Amino acid sequence: RRSGAGLLVTKCGLLRHRPGGGGAYWVDSQQKRYVPVKGDHVIGIVTAKAGDVFRLDVGGSEPASLSYLAFEGATKRNRPNVQVGDLIYGQFVVANKDMEPEMVCIDSSGKSSGMGIIGQDGFLFKVSLGLIRKLLAPKCEIIQELSQLYPFELVLGMNGRIWVKAKTIQQTLIIVNILEACEYMTAEQRKQALAKLSGN
Amino acid sequence: RDPSSLSLGDTSVLAGLYGPAEAKVSKELPDRAALEVLLRPKVGLPGVLERSREQLLRQTCEAVLLGVLHPRTAISLVLQVLSDAGSLLSCCLNAACMALLDAGLPLTALFCGVTCALQPDGTILLDPTARQEQEARAILTFAIASSERKVLMATTKGSCSVEEMQQCLAAAQRAADTVFQFYRDSVCRRYSKS
Repeated sequence: RRSGAGLLVTKCGLLRHRPGGGGAYWVDSQQKRYVPVKGDHVIGIVTAKAGDVFRLDVGGSEPASLSYLAFEGATKRNRPNVQVGDLIYGQFVVANKDMEPEMVCIDSSGKSSGMGIIGQDGFLFKVSLGLIRKLLAPKCEIIQELSQLYPFELVLGMNGRIWVKAKTIQQTLIIVNILEACEYMTAEQRKQALAKLSGN
Repeated sequence: RDPSSLSLGDTSVLAGLYGPAEAKVSKELPDRAALEVLLRPKVGLPGVLERSREQLLRQTCEAVLLGVLHPRTAISLVLQVLSDAGSLLSCCLNAACMALLDAGLPLTALFCGVTCALQPDGTILLDPTARQEQEARAILTFAIASSERKVLMATTKGSCSVEEMQQCLAAAQRAADTVFQFYRDSVCRRYSKS
């Protein structure tokens, strides 16, 4: 943050530097609590329907609001079929400290591009924000190794929530346990664990 | 609700930090986060001494916390005393600072607590044990910020002269360096794992 003539560091973490372009410095910090940021894709749980707007719990300090018109192909007559307790994958259009966060399930061109209601079954669990950022990096090893184990569907929310669905409940739970443990395991430990599982 | 928790030393205090979370309408502040500190003693119900310590901790934490970044939210810090072998207040201060650091809340500076006991013969003891605290003429606890070692909070039990207080303060500021180095090492260890 800017303070006076200089900069003030407000969080603890590793200082990272990207040399390209004008150069950028940022602090990589570990956190579990999510604070809504505009443009972040998150998984929300519908907690209430209030007239034209759904209230979603995104793990922040306030529930986010989602209008029923913010889905692809939704009109006043053609309402989306959203019930309380459904999971929604969307992005924030308004997220600052003074206002209630607002979400939409379409991007700027009106297409859904993977956002919307997440299907039935599957398992939702919470991890720290640092792990999500690691998993979202391009060519993440963890996801490549896991996909060789079983085929599965995965949705990652920047608010620390992950939704997994595999063919059977057992496979889903195994994937959940590995993802949760990945936070503290080194690369070798992970490879050993996966080798043991694929050997079984 | 995600707690961050840790404990320190012989006197150990477990700190859990929850927030920024939704605040009750009666407690929310329009421009900053509402910080609440709860101190639970090892045995018995919290009494007047715990309440006064909670207020001291709250004021110290509010001095470093950037509450304006999270208006209308509530941040709760719960401290549970696991064992008390002297220097309890400074242990609580250290645990509170590490909890704030661990949870990733925006802070302007770190702080640490140092206790000084003034013996009847005039010598200064840092981080006294319970026995040394009872024998001492005065016990002074300081909360010292990491930026230029400024004093955030000072509380005294017993009587001492102004010069003695200045000497204790100087000794506490030197000791603060050790504590800040400990914070740094713990954070390094944590980040090296990921």
